[in-house]
Amino acid sequence: MLEYDWIQILVSLGLILLLAPLVGRYLAWVYQSPSLWLERGIYRLLAVDPDRELTWKEYGKVLLLSNAFFFAAGFLVLWGQALLPGNPRHLPSLSPEVAFNTAASFVTNTNWQAYAGEAQLSNLSQMLAITFLMFVGANTGMAALVAVIRGFTRTGLSTLGNFWSDFIRFFLRAFLPACFLLALIHVWQGTPQTLRSAVSAKTLEGPSQTLVVGPVASLETVKNLGTNGGGFYNANGAHPYENPTPLTNTLEFLEMGLFTFSLPFFFGRMTGRPRQGLALFVVILVLYGTGLGVVEYSEKMQNPLLAPAALSQKATALQDGGNMEGKETRLGITQTSLFSNTSLAATTGAVDAAMDSMNPLAVLVYLVHMFLNEEPGGKGVGFAGLLKEAVLAVFLAGLMVGRTPEFLGKKIESREIKLAALSLLVTPILVLCLTALSVLLPAGKSSIDNPGPHGFMEVLYAFASGNANNGSAMAGLNVSTPYYAILIGIEMLLGRFLPLLPLLALAGSLARKKRLPETAGTFRTDTPIFVVLLLGFMGLVAALTFFPPLILGPLLEHLSLLHGISF
Amino acid sequence: MKGLKGSNFQQYLRATIFFMVVCGLLYPLSVTALGGILFPFQAGGSLVKDRAGQIVGSRIIAQGFGTLRYFHPRPSAALSPDGSGPQPYDGAFSSPSNLGPANPAYIKSVTEAARAYREENGLPALTPVPVDAVTASGSGLDPDISLANALLQAPRVASARQVNPERVLALIEKTRVGPQFGLLGPPRVNVLELNLALDALTPGR
Repeated sequence: MLEYDWIQILVSLGLILLLAPLVGRYLAWVYQSPSLWLERGIYRLLAVDPDRELTWKEYGKVLLLSNAFFFAAGFLVLWGQALLPGNPRHLPSLSPEVAFNTAASFVTNTNWQAYAGEAQLSNLSQMLAITFLMFVGANTGMAALVAVIRGFTRTGLSTLGNFWSDFIRFFLRAFLPACFLLALIHVWQGTPQTLRSAVSAKTLEGPSQTLVVGPVASLETVKNLGTNGGGFYNANGAHPYENPTPLTNTLEFLEMGLFTFSLPFFFGRMTGRPRQGLALFVVILVLYGTGLGVVEYSEKMQNPLLAPAALSQKATALQDGGNMEGKETRLGITQTSLFSNTSLAATTGAVDAAMDSMNPLAVLVYLVHMFLNEEPGGKGVGFAGLLKEAVLAVFLAGLMVGRTPEFLGKKIESREIKLAALSLLVTPILVLCLTALSVLLPAGKSSIDNPGPHGFMEVLYAFASGNANNGSAMAGLNVSTPYYAILIGIEMLLGRFLPLLPLLALAGSLARKKRLPETAGTFRTDTPIFVVLLLGFMGLVAALTFFPPLILGPLLEHLSLLHGISF
Repeated sequence: MKGLKGSNFQQYLRATIFFMVVCGLLYPLSVTALGGILFPFQAGGSLVKDRAGQIVGSRIIAQGFGTLRYFHPRPSAALSPDGSGPQPYDGAFSSPSNLGPANPAYIKSVTEAARAYREENGLPALTPVPVDAVTASGSGLDPDISLANALLQAPRVASARQVNPERVLALIEKTRVGPQFGLLGPPRVNVLELNLALDALTPGR
C-alpha cells in the first residue's frame, strides 16, 4: 500500500468516528423533544394522532399496511410507465414481474435491481416510484428501530410509541434536509440534475453517443443516506455521472455510514447508558474494520493467472495497481474498498465497482456482511438485529454461569429467547434453501454467467443480498428472468418483515417487564468482556451456518487462484 | 384488529399520496431548480460543445477513440440500449464486464488486449502494460486513464500528429488531475480533455 492509500483510509474513517457520536446525539434529540409546528401540521393533514400509543401488534400492523400501500403505489407507477407523462423517450412499462420485483425491492430498502435504470425507467418513474420508495423504505426501518429501542427503555408499559410520529420526525428533521443539502454538493461535483432525458453527442471521431441524464443527484443522496443502494444507472456508483469524483465517493461513503454508525450512540442516549452504546459501537467497528482490511488486501492482490499477459499490476506513483477489472480510474482500489465494505456492512448495496469481478476474498467479506447484516446493518433494522444478538449472547452467558440472564436490567426469559431465535433463523433458511434450489433447477442454473465456484457465488450472493435487503449483485447472473424476479421479490419481502415482527414482539414483551436493580452479581454488558463474548457468539453462529457455502464458493476460488487454476 | 375499513383506509391513502408528492416531486424538483441555478454546467451533464455549438460529449463520460492520433480510453463493456449486445462507450446502458478473476474468458481478453496495446504503441514484447489499460472499467464509461497509461501512448500520438513528443508530454502534465485536495483518489488524466487539448495544439486537422 502506498502512503496515499493510508491517508484516504484515515480521512474517511476519521470523519465517521468524528461525526457518528454527534449524529447519534442529534437523532436522540429528534425523538426526545416535543413536536415541531410543521410536524403538527402534517399530522393534521394526514389525520393521524401522534400521541396515540400503539402495542407491538398495532405498531406492526400500521407498519405492514402503510408499506403495502407504498408498495402498491410504486408498483402502479412502474407497471403503468408507458401511460404516464414525463417519458419523452417513450420507454415501455416494466413487465409485471419486474415491476413487482422492483416495488418489493425498494419498499423493503433492498434496492435489488432486475432492470437497468437508464435504459428502462423514465425520469418520472425514477422520481415518483424509485425516489419515493427509497425515502419511505428507509424511514420505516428507522421507525421500527425506535420502537424496538423503546422495548428496552420502557418499564411496565404495553406500548411502543406511534408509528407515524416516529416516521415523520426522522423524515423531516434529519433525512430530507440531509438529502437536499448533499444533493447540491453532488451537482457541484458533476452529478446531473435536470428534467431532460437523453442527449445525443457527436464525438470527436464522428460516431454519435447517447448520454442519459435526469434527476440523478436527488436520487443519489437518498440512495446512500437511506442505505437504499439502487442506482439511477445500471453501473450504479461506478457511473461517472452518479459518482463523478473521489470527493463524491467519500461523500457517498459518509452518507452510507452517517446514520448507521450513529445508531449505537443514539441507542446509548435513548437508554441513558452511553457506555452500552459505545460497547456495541466497538463490536460494529471490529467487524467493519476487519472487513475493510481483507477487502483492501484482496483487491490489491496481483492475479497470478494474468502472468502471461505481462501487466504491471503493482501500484506506483503513476498508476493504481491490483484488480482494476470493473473498477474506475478516478476511484482506484482504496476508494473502492472503502465504498464497497461500507455499502455491504451497512446493507446499502450501492456499488462503485463490479462485484462480479472482485477477487474471492473480497466477495467472502461481502457475503459475511450480508449474513450478519448488523454491523452496522441497514437503516435501523440492522442495529435492531444487533440488539437481538446481544440478547442471545447474554442468554448464552447466563447458561454458562447458571444465572437468569438480564440485558439492561430486563430479565431475559423463554419467550424473548424464542422470539430472538425465530428472527435469527430466517436468514439461513431463506438463503441456503433458495440457493440450493436454484443450483438444482434448470431455471436457476441457466442464468449463471461465470464458470466454476464463481458461478455458485453469483447465486449465493443474489439470495444473501435479497434476504439481507442489501441489493448489490454479482451482476453476471441474469436476474430479470421470471424465475429470479419472482423468487427474489418474495424473498426480499420475507427477509424484511419476517425477522422484524418477532423483534417488535420481543420489544413489546420487554417493555412490559420491570427493571431489576443492578447488583454485584449482575453480568455487565458494557465491558470489553461482553464485546468479546458478543463477537464470539456472532462468529460462532455465522460459522456454523455458513461455512459450507463459503468453502464451496469464495474459499475454493481463492485457493485455485493462488495456484493458478482457472475453471 | 379492525382491518381496512373507512377512515383507516383513507388515512393510509392520504399518507401515500403525501409522501409520494413530497419525496417524488417536490424534493427532486426543488433540487433541480436550485442545482440548475447554482451549477448549470454540471446539472446539465457537463456537456462539452465545439465552436459551432454542437455537443461533442460529456467532460466526465468516456467516448470511443480508435485512431492513432488520439489517446485511447480504457476498454468498455457498455451495452446496446436493449442490453442485447456490446456497444462500447455508449451512455445508453452502462455496464462492467462482470467476468470473474479466474474466468478463462477474462484471462483471454486481457492477454489479447495487452498484446494489441503493445502492437499499437510500438512497444517491445513483454513491456509491462498498465493494468488499467487492458481491464474494462466498472461503468464502461470511465473518462480517465492512469498517468502510466498516458505516458506509454504519448509517443504514438506524437508521431501520428507529427509533433514533438515533448509537447504531448507537456499536455499530459498540464491536464493531469488528482489527488483531489491532495488527499483523495489516484492521479489520472481525463482522456477527452487531453484529446481536445491535442486538437487545439494542432488545429485544422
